[in-house]
Amino acid sequence: MANFYTDNASLKLHLNHPMMRKIVELKERNFADADKYDYAPQNFEDAMDSYDKVLEVVGELAGDVFAENAADVDIQGPHVENGHVVYADGTKKNLDATRKAGLSGMAMPRRLGGLNFPITPYIMAADIVSRADAGFENLWGLQDCAETIYEFASPEQIEKYIPRVCAGETMSMDLTEPDAGSDLQSVMLKATQKEDGQWVLNGVKRFITNGDSDIHLVLARSEEGTKDGRGLSMFIYDKRNGGVTVRRIENKMGIKGSPTCELVYKDAPVELVGSRRLGLIKYVMALMNGARLGIAAQSVGLSEAAYREALDYAKDRRQFGKAIIDFPAVAEILSLMKAKLDASRALLYACSRYVDMYKVYDDIAKERPLTLDEKKEAKHFSRLADAFTPLAKGMTSEFCNQNTYDCIQIHGGSGFMKDYRCERLYRDARITSIYEGTTQLQVVAAIRHVTTGTYLNTIREWEGEEVAPAYEDVKNTLVYMTQQYAASVESVTGVKDPTYIDFMARRMVEMAGHIIMGYLLLQDTQRDASVERSLRVYVKYGQAEVAKHADFIANFRPDQIKDYLFE
Amino acid sequence: MSLNIIVLAKQVPDTRNVGKDAMKADGTINRAALPAIFNPEDLNALEQALKLKEMYPGSKVTVLTMGPARAAEIVREGMYRGADGGIVLSDRAFAGSDTLATSYALSAAVRKIGDYDIIIGGRQAIDGDTAQVGPQIAEKLGIPQITYAEEIMGVDNGVITVKRRIESGVETVKAALPLVVTVNGSADACRPRNAKALQKFKYAAVPSEVAADEAKQAFIAKRPYLNIGEWSAASVDADLAQCGLAGSPTKVKQIENVVFTAKDARRIENTDEQLETLIKELIANHTIG
Ligand SMILES: Cc1cc2nc3c(=O)[nH]c(=O)nc-3n(C[C@H](O)[C@H](O)[C@@H](O)COP(=O)(O)OP(=O)(O)OC[C@H]3O[C@@H](n4cnc5c(N)ncnc54)[C@H](O)[C@@H]3O)c2cc1C
Ligand SMILES: Cc1cc2nc3c(=O)[nH]c(=O)nc-3n(C[C@H](O)[C@H](O)[C@H](O)COP(=O)(O)OP(=O)(O)OC[C@H]3O[C@@H](n4cnc5c(N)ncnc54)[C@H](O)[C@@H]3O)c2cc1C
Repeated sequence: MANFYTDNASLKLHLNHPMMRKIVELKERNFADADKYDYAPQNFEDAMDSYDKVLEVVGELAGDVFAENAADVDIQGPHVENGHVVYADGTKKNLDATRKAGLSGMAMPRRLGGLNFPITPYIMAADIVSRADAGFENLWGLQDCAETIYEFASPEQIEKYIPRVCAGETMSMDLTEPDAGSDLQSVMLKATQKEDGQWVLNGVKRFITNGDSDIHLVLARSEEGTKDGRGLSMFIYDKRNGGVTVRRIENKMGIKGSPTCELVYKDAPVELVGSRRLGLIKYVMALMNGARLGIAAQSVGLSEAAYREALDYAKDRRQFGKAIIDFPAVAEILSLMKAKLDASRALLYACSRYVDMYKVYDDIAKERPLTLDEKKEAKHFSRLADAFTPLAKGMTSEFCNQNTYDCIQIHGGSGFMKDYRCERLYRDARITSIYEGTTQLQVVAAIRHVTTGTYLNTIREWEGEEVAPAYEDVKNTLVYMTQQYAASVESVTGVKDPTYIDFMARRMVEMAGHIIMGYLLLQDTQRDASVERSLRVYVKYGQAEVAKHADFIANFRPDQIKDYLFE
Repeated sequence: MSLNIIVLAKQVPDTRNVGKDAMKADGTINRAALPAIFNPEDLNALEQALKLKEMYPGSKVTVLTMGPARAAEIVREGMYRGADGGIVLSDRAFAGSDTLATSYALSAAVRKIGDYDIIIGGRQAIDGDTAQVGPQIAEKLGIPQITYAEEIMGVDNGVITVKRRIESGVETVKAALPLVVTVNGSADACRPRNAKALQKFKYAAVPSEVAADEAKQAFIAKRPYLNIGEWSAASVDADLAQCGLAGSPTKVKQIENVVFTAKDARRIENTDEQLETLIKELIANHTIG
């Protein structure tokens, strides 16, 4: 009887962002499907109403089904039988419900059986599902591998596989191997082409989420004798053909319902996607960008769950004759949790809108040449998406870890017990800053946008926007933080030592993150005054964080780095 | 083999979420304070119908509801989950129906539909709580009934097999079509609304819902699947004397809030004599009988 969409006003605030009109009109090609498909929208309002209604279904399933099953799934988990995965009972029920609700292939075009939703409402569904059960979000969310097929595979492959995904078949992305984790250039899984042209795979992958899925995207070495990323290609493995078995499922700390598999490929027949050698440098990069946004959504959903659990408990629990929420120390923790949650969500959806904009132009470009203006816009948003994706993945996953940690703290000793939900949230959260690229790797991807000025230019653009007089003080603080950030970046890059930049990278990326999230909350507050509290709390926090980093950088002599490096 | 299935579904106030303003001062339900929902066990009934439709492709599921025009929402909810269409039986003449008048009106509508194999209803509505309507319809139509159904196993050669949940366990029974089945809340929960069906049918309406909106009428005119039938007493050839208040021998005289307390509790042994004594006592003080 819970609905995780309708009980959360902040979702609607983001769904109804002014940029949505343009996104929807482009995505729907001015509603060209209106008379072709009986479920296509007639106009913008109709489309938005459909997103709203479908998200309400997602919210209902999340509240009534996934959240209800989550505790059992966590205990039972999946297991291997005859080389294949058997899901926990609750997971089976969850999957059945999502299939019947038709929530697969949400972002795929209608002609392939999808709902043709923009990324933003799809990501919102992921946010909602994660609040209920982060582990299940992985299984359901892997549908966005279809995006990579849609973008890069042949028309025949698109016709063959995407309708199956839309009908509810599951997917996996098989990248990691024992000796290739963060460094995917070292992938060794061997792809060989037989005389009749058929590609087959041999070797091992590990840590593959949902590794017994129906349709796999696999990164493998197709070019014998190569050692780097340019010898890798991407393949589709269809479980119907056989050749891949699950050797074992990892025994994990969290997201226990999501099977993390070690896979053995024995002459597994596969189809090449796109061109040889572009597997890592082009396709996996695109695949990972989509998946990173998914993990950011997972992080936000977990943060939401943690905040709610903590708030309820703090109102309920009494010590020294009053509710613990009335102690300033507890109130501060809760307010900061909420501010981090709202800031994370603001960043997530800003990013998803940028992704929507460039992807829709990419798709239109397959139908007709883009105009000069469109090309410019597409490029602009592609750059923003590129800059915001690692920032969103990095910041939201760290915040979600902090929020679930604080959730336990608010619960005191009870939080350490298995009896409360916060314990599972804490375990589930831990993976978010590791997979799809650790936070350190997000920093590696984001630092480029520190040094080339993507973040600073965006911030300066926002600085030029008017705000209501009541928020001038907040804006002035953000302007001041920006000056500190710009000065820190200048001082670090001025040293002209790549090791030094690497060393300071996290600090600079975080500074940019705090300022960006501050501005996003400021913008949200202009549309909805209820965000003000989080805005003020977040900017206070961000201000102190930025000052701390600025101070560290200002007082650091580049030669002091030797105290940190190991021989 | 394909089946024509009618699902009886009632729009009810959500009495499961009763707040403090749920009852008016005069003891009647404050309908404005309670959201109108699909009667929970009718959702279980719908699920059984949809399963049959999957088992026997080509089968047709029609949702039948009696209530005001806004009860069309119940039909839409059914369509979002896989029903083919529905009918709202709506007429001022039906107002104030007790179970007898309700089952009379519904059975008239079923006769009008005519070609049916299985009528599936919920066991009980959460507002009226009588569990009489389904069985009464079966009586009026002169067809068999299976109550407390938990799972419809299948239909073979005009014979249906149903698992019933009874007090002492589970019983599997067979009956000939056509018949009425009423479904227990312990049956499988209804499947969720489907995203495509939701987008397809969200503008489905009964004529009176769109009476003032020409654009919507034109839109629906081009898409016949968006028409939800709206039948009056006259359109089902109902005898007005058997409808609504006129057809309801039950007259609600007064409604009181009763708070049960344990102070009158008494334990009796489970023996024939003790039970008999108790029953006699209850008849004597008019608690039953
Ligand atoms: C306080 C109060 C006291 C009442 N007391 C009595 C009384 O003593 N005797 C009496 O006869 N009536 C009484 N009524 C009226 C009666 O309960 C309902 O109004 C009657 O319409 C339906 O009965 P039910 O809700 O109990 O349905 P149930 O018999 O519990 O419903 C069983 C199933 O029948 C189907 N069904 C029922 N109604 C509809 C509908 N409108 N449309 C489609 N399907 C339907 C559904 O599948 C439902 O699950 C009372 C009403 C109130 C408010
Ligand atoms: C539960 C789970 C599910 C997973 N699901 C999938 C999946 O579905 N598909 C898939 O392909 N993989 C999956 N993975 C693998 C996951 O993506 C990798 O574990 C992750 O990328 C890190 O790789 P690694 O474990 O080899 O760690 P390593 O790469 O060995 O990293 C160890 C440490 O070194 C740091 N480090 C490494 N390189 C650098 C650098 N250049 N700069 C700074 N720091 C660095 C890292 O940040 C980390 O702290 C999953 C992993 C887990 C645990």
